[in-house]
Amino acid sequence: MIGDKPKGLRAHLPILYPAVMLLVFFVIPFGIMLMVSFFQREPGGFYTTDFSIDNYANLFTELFGRVLAFSIFISAFCALICVAVGFPFTYFITRMPRKAQVVWLVILVSVLSLSAVIVAFAWSIMLSQTAGVSNFFVWLGLMDKPVSWSPGFWALTCGMCYIAFPYTVLVLYPPLSRLDPHLPEAAQTLGASPVTTFFTVVVGSLRSAIVATLIMVFAFTLGTYLIPQILGRPQHWTLSVLITDEAIYRSNLPFAAAMSVFFMVVSLALVGLTMLAGKGRGPAQR
Amino acid sequence: MAGLDLHDIHKHFGSVIAAQNVNLHIPHGRFVCFLGPSGCGKTTLLRLIAGLERPTRGRIFLEDKDITDQPAHQRNFGMVFQSLALFPHLTVGENIAYSLKVRKKTAADCRFRVNELLDLVRMPGYAERQISQLSGGQRQRVAIARALAIEPRLFLLDEPLSALDAKLREDMQLELRMLQQRLGVTTILVTHDQREAMTMSDLIVVMGTDNQVHQMGTPLEIYRHPADTFVADFIGTSNLLRGVYRGGRQVAVSGKTLNVDVIPAGIVSGSEVTISVRPEDILVQAGAQAGENTLQGTVTFVRDVGSSIEIYLDCSGIQIISQSTPQGRPAVRQGDAAAAVLSPAACVVLTT
Repeated sequence: MIGDKPKGLRAHLPILYPAVMLLVFFVIPFGIMLMVSFFQREPGGFYTTDFSIDNYANLFTELFGRVLAFSIFISAFCALICVAVGFPFTYFITRMPRKAQVVWLVILVSVLSLSAVIVAFAWSIMLSQTAGVSNFFVWLGLMDKPVSWSPGFWALTCGMCYIAFPYTVLVLYPPLSRLDPHLPEAAQTLGASPVTTFFTVVVGSLRSAIVATLIMVFAFTLGTYLIPQILGRPQHWTLSVLITDEAIYRSNLPFAAAMSVFFMVVSLALVGLTMLAGKGRGPAQR
Repeated sequence: MAGLDLHDIHKHFGSVIAAQNVNLHIPHGRFVCFLGPSGCGKTTLLRLIAGLERPTRGRIFLEDKDITDQPAHQRNFGMVFQSLALFPHLTVGENIAYSLKVRKKTAADCRFRVNELLDLVRMPGYAERQISQLSGGQRQRVAIARALAIEPRLFLLDEPLSALDAKLREDMQLELRMLQQRLGVTTILVTHDQREAMTMSDLIVVMGTDNQVHQMGTPLEIYRHPADTFVADFIGTSNLLRGVYRGGRQVAVSGKTLNVDVIPAGIVSGSEVTISVRPEDILVQAGAQAGENTLQGTVTFVRDVGSSIEIYLDCSGIQIISQSTPQGRPAVRQGDAAAAVLSPAACVVLTT
């Protein structure tokens, strides 16, 4: 039997299942969106079937360019912060005894149960002038008078990182806990200080895991819609906000679809580039 | 005294005792094996010496300098781990040069030393290879070369050969021993394989399941004059006969009096002792024999493996194993009456 090609429909059933799921939940909706992006908007109505590239041509405005650039920038920035903070954090969790690890992971997972709305409003209160942490700093004598930090760029960054951080740790946890504990020890016997060991051996041998996590957090935060509206100023609104605005409030579905398609293509291209850069060094990543 | 000294070392992990009462002097330039069953604390002892663990009590001295509180990365020791712990993201050359890079050596120096070490472990031209492309034996050599790159003051090996197949392991044992003799570096190897320890070491440290050192000596000393019943039993096979010391040079073993050559100091008449006799020191004679130091019995089993013959005797309840060469094969078969002759010189009297 070994080496025989599977015969008949029955043998293909296991592959059929994911194929159907992908088709129903991904390919068909995307196909509809792609189709709509070439339709014409009917003022006062819905849209009419057509094939025009006007929607795409209309994308090249200053506003769209600026919002696209900001969306990509804020996601990449949050991905960098999450991995920079989450990697050492996860490393120390994996060095803990088993029981302590479970406690930390449960706390992290429980953060996931908070919805984006709760997180965003919590941060906006925490960073506000009237009840925020700046009052605490005033009390400590670090500041003269309480200030408002929300809405603003850093408030937005805090909110987005807070949402993405548990995912970062959960994605980094398996490769880090599989790391041979003798690797850092070997580096130490070879004369590397704990800090040098961390950067040359722990980070070095997990390069591909770090790149994969960067991509995951980047893609995850790209779709943020609520947090920028609560924690950011209008110039911090991401493309998702613009698309929603276009689709729901101006009922220009074809233009919103065109924006979405373009956004997806650009982010896919960026993910591809990052993966290429991550593969830069040798077959050790296999 | 030049060398490594462990002074009253204790190591506890919570309520678990990993090593206790360890006092050792390891002379400079020697090859020493820590030998013992699994869980005897030999690896812990090696990690204490490497600085990867701190002793709960006791001090460690190297060349009369207290190094107990020195962190591992300042000790300039080379260590080969059981898992080898080669860095998977670095090439062979980068692995070997790691300790040199950390010490800010120039690229040219590193390249020179890497080639030198690759020649030493007989893998010239492998510097650019990836670790994943190497066989088990080659990884072994790279790990050894990496540990030797800075000319370590101590060379520590934690069962590095246990993952290799039997043939390769024997080759590596010889090679490692010859390498150590050539470099003259003080070496400590942890192993549970007594054959490996006998093959390679100048000195063997035998550790027991009570996490203490039972004996330290040359391989032959430990084999010929075990310090206690644990060592006698753990190193090779031994016939252990329980008896009572009768005074003079006599020990009573199940109603029979045996003469022995050496009596341990400080033993009093009437105390319980154990006599250890190596199988190859027991002469088996066919038929009923009477005489000094002769135990009469029946042959229960003959194991003839060609190169040697083992004869199992039942001497009124005492099981005795004798080993002889094909030339000296006694003419006995299973069920025959036979006698075991234990020469007084071969009987080692043990008090514990």
